[in-house]
Order: sequence, then structure tokens, then C-alpha cells
Amino acid sequence: MTKLIMPKVDRKLILKKEEIVRSLKKIIKAENVLDHEDQIRPFETDGLSAYKQKPLVVVFPENTKEVSKILEYCNNQKIKVVPRGAGTGLSGGALPLVDGVLLCLGKFNKILDIDYRNRCVVAQPGVTNLSITSVVQDKGFYYAPDPSSQIACSIGGNVAENSGGIHSLKYGTTTNNLLGAEVVFMDGTISRLGGKAYDSEGYDLLGLVTGSEGLLCVITEVTVKILKKPQTIKAALIGFSTINDGGKFVSEIIANGIIPAGMEMMDKALIHATDNFVKAGYPRDAESMVIIELDGTKAEVDELIERASVIAKKNKSSSIKISKNEKQRLKFWAGRKAAFPACGDMAPDYYCMDGTIPRGKLAEVLNEIGRLSKKYNLPVANAFHAGDGNLHPLIMYDANEKNSLEKTEKFGAEILKYCVKVGGVLTGEHGVGVEKRELMCEMFNNNDIQQQIKIKKSLDSSSLLNPGKVFPILRKCAEEGRMHVHRGKTKFSSIPRF
Amino acid sequence: MSIEEKQSFPAYQDSNDLIYPQDEKDVSNFIKKFYKSNLPIEIIGTGSKRKIGKPLQCDKILKLSKLTGIIEYLPEELYIKVKANTSIKEIEKELKKNKQQLAFEPIDFGYLFTGESNYGTAAGQVACNISGSRRFKSGSVRDHVLGFRGVNGKGEIIKSGGNVVKNVTGYDLSKLICGSFGTLVALTEITFKVLPAAAESQTLIIHNEKMESAMFLLNSAINSSNDISGATFFPSEQTVFGCEMNIKQTFQLNDLKHEGSLTAIRIEGSKNSTEDRINNLKQELKITDFNISLLHTHQSEIFWNKIKSLEFFSSSKNSIIRIVTPPSECIKLMYQFHNKFKYYVDWGGSLIWLEAFELSEQMFESIRKKVVRFGGYMTMIKNSNYLPYVEDVFTINKDRFIISQNIKKSFDPKRILNPGKMYTGI
Repeated sequence: MTKLIMPKVDRKLILKKEEIVRSLKKIIKAENVLDHEDQIRPFETDGLSAYKQKPLVVVFPENTKEVSKILEYCNNQKIKVVPRGAGTGLSGGALPLVDGVLLCLGKFNKILDIDYRNRCVVAQPGVTNLSITSVVQDKGFYYAPDPSSQIACSIGGNVAENSGGIHSLKYGTTTNNLLGAEVVFMDGTISRLGGKAYDSEGYDLLGLVTGSEGLLCVITEVTVKILKKPQTIKAALIGFSTINDGGKFVSEIIANGIIPAGMEMMDKALIHATDNFVKAGYPRDAESMVIIELDGTKAEVDELIERASVIAKKNKSSSIKISKNEKQRLKFWAGRKAAFPACGDMAPDYYCMDGTIPRGKLAEVLNEIGRLSKKYNLPVANAFHAGDGNLHPLIMYDANEKNSLEKTEKFGAEILKYCVKVGGVLTGEHGVGVEKRELMCEMFNNNDIQQQIKIKKSLDSSSLLNPGKVFPILRKCAEEGRMHVHRGKTKFSSIPRF
Repeated sequence: MSIEEKQSFPAYQDSNDLIYPQDEKDVSNFIKKFYKSNLPIEIIGTGSKRKIGKPLQCDKILKLSKLTGIIEYLPEELYIKVKANTSIKEIEKELKKNKQQLAFEPIDFGYLFTGESNYGTAAGQVACNISGSRRFKSGSVRDHVLGFRGVNGKGEIIKSGGNVVKNVTGYDLSKLICGSFGTLVALTEITFKVLPAAAESQTLIIHNEKMESAMFLLNSAINSSNDISGATFFPSEQTVFGCEMNIKQTFQLNDLKHEGSLTAIRIEGSKNSTEDRINNLKQELKITDFNISLLHTHQSEIFWNKIKSLEFFSSSKNSIIRIVTPPSECIKLMYQFHNKFKYYVDWGGSLIWLEAFELSEQMFESIRKKVVRFGGYMTMIKNSNYLPYVEDVFTINKDRFIISQNIKKSFDPKRILNPGKMYTGI
């Protein structure tokens, strides 16, 4: 494991652990406070399992009032709090702190209201993403954002990370599908943002907290928009003999005014791995493969499939297979959705990156990833939400080899820096967390980061809610306030700053 | 020196209070100066929406009219990056060349305030976050801003977001800026997401429905899988004291066959697809051809343009109020307003525009109470001579006020950018 610098540990709090546990047991049911070594071990990491750290204590509040009281107590006692949903996040956003309370929302697992008249569902944050679609699908509705972890990830976590998924090209990410939320701020204030009406007046606080990675508030209820399922959905598997051709096809589809419901791309390594895994019937001879999904009325879908086929042929596609029925369409997707586990078959460990680039740079970035793969001598498999330029290179390594994770992380960082260089961003849907916080300086300058920190401080004056995430910690840029410069000499002058 | 020459001069200052910065750096320098001297400033573009919100009495006015021009437009990447004061007309003209559009349908307040079309600028649309009829399908202005650059209340140039749709790097400040009425930053650059414009637009109009059955039809249409992109209701010509009724006059279209109330549903897409969906809708809603009109692309576009330019109210000197409510509460609310106000409903029942004759502050507050009770919010868009000033133009509760005040401070610690435009104390 590489060394990760986290906020300075408050030793006094660790010494006061028993007192803190006692106090928390007065606020919520004693059985909902876990403090024994064996009880808290399962919570030492989230989806970014490279980093592990046990929390001081784990709490499971059962209602909003309890969350409010816990936060108020922690705020008064200056105890750090890390909120956690299902713990499936891939950027270490729920990594606990040794001197902090881990606030788990697992008991917030109920759907509170299914409102077809207003086309929304009100749910507690611990409800899984897929359950929302499950409760409305009998009436032909669904919830659009569908991260590949949708079977396990929680809707509260989706809001905190602004999760996307395969269909976000056409239907947007969480922020575009959220109508309201109940949140609790660090001082214990409970606030309702939005509701069942569109937009809100005044500052768009709902928009601000969506994707704020648990640094601004704890989400205790969400109201999400549901959509009626399209009449017809068809998917096509299109193989290409070069990666460049696949990339050009993706760009041309958009340039031709087609917005597919989903457009995914995989490279040869992943085509084989996933096809071995689920036998999806992928074109194994292709260098790259695109899955394109089109929805609408039957006539519309047939017309779009025809247009997509013409564009594919123009870009020298080696094969085109169109789903004949719903079963086959789901089979096409099963391979893509199994991309991560399939990688597990290829190497003992893999590290999933998440940058977004302009679609037109796809081939260029893939070539660069290939070059870096040789430089670091680590194989990569590539899966992308190609329609919206969101890349997921999966770097394969063996954690048992000395320094392999460090090498992998360096490789990953170089990919992300390249994404920014070509006009993209560091993270499309996984969040910054601890994983990419030091890279924030690649995208933002000091003013930009300071403005974000000021917002954080305006809602959490002592920086107690999920500290150590998102913002860089004294590596390349100062987190707290301005640097003090003595007689023109900066500390650690060899470190580049902005 | 002529006005034009003066305006081309670096950092031109007209009289003592109007300042025209030339570029972003200039905006930053001016705000730094005002920050130091504690001088509040009003930020305006072309002023097309200046009358929304509380009137300001600032020492200086920062007019951003020099910050114009398209910086980068990549149709295949689905974004356009513009200087903040670029006119919406110019942007839409450029997008049209590539059969693209701003899908949130920028609203035109020109007719309402000056009697002629004026969409204003990119920054004006962002600052107000008021979207057209496609809102329930395509999202609001805030859903189409990918990133921005601007200057905060200390004169610091800041940026957020980027050029790509999928981006969770840092807080999403683009959302916060939308609808902030220039109280957080002076915008200098905006990147919009753009989308392909539909080849065809068809509007199915059902005549003479009562409000209740109209709402039922609109709701059923939105809840169907026909992907509709407009759902509006104009009531029949009722008598409302002090308001001129003008549905017939507003919608003079050849293919509009009948008189009375209009329940209009828009479908956009390719030719085959729109025809398919119109036929589906007719079957699903059990509508006979007896009492309907069908507007094809040309007339359909004119119809919806009239809605987004609020032509229904264009000649009015009365107060104009915008109410947003959960769709289910629309009828209950309208029962309370019926015959008292001129109105129409958009977004399938979620948006109500009201015109009120001789609206007193007491009446205004009474409407607000009802709206809030039904889970909605309302804004006074245009004041009348009868009620030239309203203390609380916008609706907010105590919690949100405190949070908003803290956020304002984090951008603008001395409250010098449009102070009090939205709320007293912010």
C-alpha cells in the first residue's frame, strides 16, 4: 500500500474514544454504535480497496433526527465525520479516519413514496440504485442513471458522487435526474433542498451538494425523477479492425445529430476477457468494438439503426450485429457490465481510472495509453462510455510485487494528466476522493481551489465533514489559506506550486 | 470623442457610474478596486432581464457589453464556449448552421418589458435560470452549462467545470451560478452543452377542454412513452377584470381550426417518428379528429416561440408572476386563482404564469403562501405601476436563507456584487 497523507490525527480524540462511544450511545441506540476492532474492520475501506484505515467508531443512525444530533455533537466536540453509503465508491471517498466517526446510512433503506402523478420516487439514501427502477418498472417506468454498480450502490452515494452510467449521454447524470433532497449540515441543521417541483428559487443548493463527495452535508432523503420506458430499444454490436476507426465512428454518430441512449467502446483485451466471462457473442477478431443503443418508437429506432450502420460501414466496420430481441440486447450489455470482474481473470489486481476527454481525442488518448503501458510495463484494458468521452482504463498489476501499486498509480496519474491536456477532466463519474485529490492542481489554479474551499468552510467552518478528500493536502498546493512566504523563500521550494 | 470611440477606449467610463470593462482582466481589476473601496456595483449585460429582482441603487454599474463573441464551437463535441455577453441570437444563429440548438429554449422577456423581442445574453440566461417549454424533457439552463469563468467579489478570476458533459471534478459551481442573478460572480465566459435540433416539430392541439380534463390529457401525454417536448394549456377567453384576453389574437395560425381553450402537446423528432408518435398519442388519449388541430413544423415552431416570448402578456401593464409547483398541485392551485387572474399553464402543469390586475402586496403574499403550501415557489417577474416595489420578489425559508448568506460571503465577502438583488442581506 502506498503512503497516503490524511489530515493530522487528533490524538486526544483517540484517547477519549470510550467517552465518545458512550456519548454516541446516548444519542442513538447502543446496538447501532460499533467500536470493537472486529466490528469495525469491515468498514476499513470502500471500493478503492488499495487504501485501508479503521475508523474510531462506526454509527448507524436510523432517522434524520439522529443524524442531526450526531453531527451536532461531533461539531461541538470537533470530531471528524466520514459519511458512507454502500461503500462502492471507487475513489476512496468513504475512506475512514482513525480519529473520526464513520456515519453509515445503511439503515436508511426504505422507499418512502412512489408518485406517478409527479413522476418521482422519494427514497432514503441507503436504497440501492436498482431498487428504484425495480419498484416502478411494473408500470413501465425507470430511473435513468445506471452506474455499473447499480445492484449494490446506494442512491445517496449516487447523489454524493453525481454518478453517471451507460445512459447518461442521452438522459444525464444524477444531477439532471434529481428533484429534491433532505440534507443535514455539519452543525446539525436539517434542510430540504428542492422538492417535487422543477428547479428551485435562489441558489441551486441541490446542484451544489450533488457531487460534493460528502464534504458539504449528509444526505438523508432523495427525490428522483422517473421516466417512462421507451417503446422500442435496440442495441448493435459493431466491430472495427482498428481503434482509430472505432473512435471515428463514435465522433461521426454525434456529428450526424444522433444521440444514442448509450454508446460504449471496448478494446481487444476487454472484448476477449468479457466474452470469455459471459459469452456475449462479441466480435473476437476486432481490435475495438462499439455497443450502440438506440431507443424511441419502432420506426425511429429502425431508422437510426440504419443510419448508424451506414456510418459504421463508412468507417470500415468489420462486423455489425443488431439485437433481435430484448434477451439478446441484455446479453450484449451483460459483457460490458462485467468488464471489471472480467479483468479480475486477467490479472491478480486491477486499478480502474476515470477521466473524460473530448470524443474527437479518443484515438489519440488511446494511443498515449498504449505508449504509457509499454513505459510502465503494465497491461491495460480499455472500456469507455464513448458517447460522452468517459474513459475507464483498467490497469492490471500484481499487488504482491514490490512497489507495483505505486507504479500503477503513477501510470494512472499520467493518463489523467493527459486527459486534462487534451481538454478533458480528471474524473467523469467516480469522484476525486483521496485518489485524485493531488491531481486537482492539474485542472484548477489556486483561485479556483480556494473558492471551493471557501464554500466548504461556509457550510462546515471547522472542516470536519469528510476532510482529506477532494482537495490536495500540502503537496503541490496549500489546502488551508494562503502560503506564508518568508523573505521570498517558500518551504519545500523544489515542489512545484501554481 | 463619440460614444463608440469612447466605448472602444480601454476601460471606458461613461459619466461617473457606468463602466465598460474590455476583457476579463479588466473586470477583475475593477472589482478589486471596488472591493478595496467597499463600493457596491450592479452587473448588467444588455439589461433585458434587469427588471427582475429588486431594483438596485449601486454607486457603479459594471456593463459587460464588451465581453462578446464565440470563443470555440465544436459541433461534434456538442459544446459552444462564448464570452459571457454574447447575444443568444448570435449563438442560436451559429448553432442553426449545424442543425443544433440550446435545448433549454432560452426565454425571451423582451416583449414583456419593452414590447419587442430581446433574448438578451448568455450570462443573462444563466443568471436567471428560467427555461422554456421543453424544461420537463430536456432540463433547465442549469443542466446545459458545462463550465464557466467569472470574477468573484474580491476580484479573483475563478473557473469551474469544463467542456465535457461527464465531469465530477470538484464542486459543480456551474449549477450554483445558474439563477444567482449576478450576486456571486461577474460571469466572463460560459460553456454550453448543445444538442441536435429535431428535424420536425408537430403540435397536437385539443380544443375546448376544461382545465381538469386538459391537465389529465397533458399528464397522460407526459406519462406515455411518446417522448413529448411541450405540454401547455391556455384557458378559454374568460373575463378577468383589468386583463385583456387575447388567445385568439396571440395565436393567429392558419391551421388552428377551432376557438376556445387550447391544450397543446408538442412532439419533435424525425418525420416518421413524429407522425408515429402523434398517432400513438391520439389513440392512447382517445382523441377523435373532431375537435383537434395539428400544427406542422412551421406553424408548430411559431406557436411555441410565442409561448417562450410570453406574447400572451405582451401588451400588459399588470403584474406578472411565475409559479412553479409539483404538477399534481396545479389544479388545486388554479381553483384558487380562477377568474381572478389571467393565466396559462406550461410544463404539463408544473409552471403557471399569472397576470394580476391591481395586485396588492397583501394579495401577492397570500398567493405566495398558497404556492408554498402546495410545495412550489413563485417569483414576481414584472411589477406594475400599482405595485412598483415588492420586498420579497423571491421565495425562501429561514434555513436556506442562512445557508445562502454563507455561500454569498464565500464568493463576495463584502457583498458588493448586486447586493440585495435577490434577498435583503444577500
